Amino acid sequence: MSIQIKQISKQFGDFQALKPLDLTINEGELVGLLGPSGSGKTTLLRIIAGLETADQGQILFSGKDVTNLHVRDRKVGFVFQHYALFRHMTVAENIAFGLDVLPKKQRPTKATIKQQVAELLDKVQLSHLANRYPAQLSGGQKQRIALARALAMQPRVLLLDEPFGALDAKVRKELRRWLRNLHDELGFTSVFVTHDQEEALEVSDRVVVMSQGQIEQEATPQDLYQQPASRFVYDFLGGVNVFEGEAASLKSNRLEQGKAWVAFPDGHKAEAGQLYLRSHELSLSNQPSAIAHLPLKIKAVSLIGAEVRVELEPLGWQSQDLWDITISHSEYNLWQPQRGNTCYAHPQAGQLFASNTEHQPRPINWQQGFALIKTA
Amino acid sequence: MTPASLLPKNLTSKVLVSKSFKVTGRHVLPGFALSLGISLLFISLVLLLPLSGLLIEAAGMNWADYWAVVTDPRVMASYQVTLLMALGASLLNGVVGLLLAWILVRYTFPGKRLIDALVDLPFALPTAVAGITLATLFSAQGWYGQGLAKLGIQVAYTPLGILIAMLFTSLPFVVRNVQPVMEDLNSGDEEAALSLGAKDWTVFRRVIFPALWPALVMGVVLSFIRSLGEFGAVIFIAGNMPYLSEVTSLMIFVRLQEFDYAAASAIASVILMASLVLLFAVNIWQTRYLKRLKGSQ
Repeated sequence: MSIQIKQISKQFGDFQALKPLDLTINEGELVGLLGPSGSGKTTLLRIIAGLETADQGQILFSGKDVTNLHVRDRKVGFVFQHYALFRHMTVAENIAFGLDVLPKKQRPTKATIKQQVAELLDKVQLSHLANRYPAQLSGGQKQRIALARALAMQPRVLLLDEPFGALDAKVRKELRRWLRNLHDELGFTSVFVTHDQEEALEVSDRVVVMSQGQIEQEATPQDLYQQPASRFVYDFLGGVNVFEGEAASLKSNRLEQGKAWVAFPDGHKAEAGQLYLRSHELSLSNQPSAIAHLPLKIKAVSLIGAEVRVELEPLGWQSQDLWDITISHSEYNLWQPQRGNTCYAHPQAGQLFASNTEHQPRPINWQQGFALIKTA
Repeated sequence: MTPASLLPKNLTSKVLVSKSFKVTGRHVLPGFALSLGISLLFISLVLLLPLSGLLIEAAGMNWADYWAVVTDPRVMASYQVTLLMALGASLLNGVVGLLLAWILVRYTFPGKRLIDALVDLPFALPTAVAGITLATLFSAQGWYGQGLAKLGIQVAYTPLGILIAMLFTSLPFVVRNVQPVMEDLNSGDEEAALSLGAKDWTVFRRVIFPALWPALVMGVVLSFIRSLGEFGAVIFIAGNMPYLSEVTSLMIFVRLQEFDYAAASAIASVILMASLVLLFAVNIWQTRYLKRLKGSQ
């Protein structure tokens, strides 16, 4: 079932939770709504479910207007961050709830319900817990039961509100893979809300980034990561270093701040603004190069993980945050940078946001124009 | 590695906790022994000692005398009327109290805080004042009494009057028991039930009500126990006709007036036992029910 959102807006008192926005979610798609708290992502999800009513606009399910349809008639599955399992019912009773409350004519027989519950429990791999009460389950188990309960109604749309938000890191990872598999197997349309960019990028077919009640960008995880459309998306995805500078002279290709500078490759004119550089889009050496003079002092080196993470402080120039640069272990072993050392950063690719612009950065790539100077 | 072992050896608790503040056991604040002692002393002096006195007084009788006093036909009639009216009053309060708690928690309307405060009025008002007021209202010339008389219903000086007085004095128990539980209800549960297709009434019956049930039962039982012993509010409106509208607490008073302290204590002991047994039973039941809901911590 496809979902079409047309000019939906919502206001809570003085707070504009959603500015009029449009969004189309295709049949069978798994879409992640990503954003910080207060960005309106949960409100949007609840409006799709019918748990909240929009002030304006329309919601269509497969072309059919459901804007004024009550939540109980929309037949969507909804999964809550804090599970919302019925505490006084056993696991099996929880899963059977939706079938139990069907009008008499549509309600399956007791035996059929029992069988369906058994199948669902099997699907979520928790058959052995059928007669337990929710209080006796772990967080991950609770969320799987909540999912089984929603799936019992065979919804064509599954909506999940921060489904893994209350779980610890390991269970989160496990559950999101499991959700992805389940989605592929059953083929429903899913929308989930998260504030965790890693989760959104890993699970979704398409990510919708929201901020202040608006959609900042909608793109596949790859496109989103490679081409963030705005400063906000860049900052929110994280792991980015910012060099703010001005053009050295009118026709210069140099962006400079004090004595530090970055030279753009041929054909790129420098203009005042911020250069956004991801931590893996930079290399590090103990000498400046022809493309950049960015002296940094090493504050910390972390050898844990697949890459070496170096935390750096600008030396003789300013940056709002410390810089983070990742280098490979083999590169680290070549010259073994230590805390307190001075070194130089060299950009390989980045995006320039001209001053006072929020969107449409200019991509700049050094690897085509310059031969990169690696330090031995 | 524990965080503590990350610290240098000389920087452990010795330095972090100043010498004057000695931590006993694993509690941050000291004083368990002292506070428990004061609590036990208080409970003994104020609750247990008077109750023991009562039982000792009643124990002065032999078994046959005791039995004769507590099964005296007039006293038996008082048990009947007290129990029935207390049952009626507490059940009615269960319904009205639940409704009252519901509107106080779920809705905002002008005068909500006033109503919330008014609920405690029966606690604040001397019960005799309540009794006189009710008797005046429901007497044949009173505001309510006049209207009801036309319908052929007489409230004052009948068992119905007892019920009204008990309703009045025990209303807060249900509201104040149910209200906090209702406030803590997770709105997600209701939304989950709705999204699964449940009708409003089904959501209430199968999701909300079971969560309120323990608190509601507790409220009703407390209200029942309170009604069993109600004296001040009841005697003014009951009429106190032997075998018809005499409550048990009045029987105790009557025995006291006759200077028959032993008999008064004997009857009182019956009420005491009934209340205690009921209270403990409900407590045990409630603990079990909540254990299932909240896990066995």
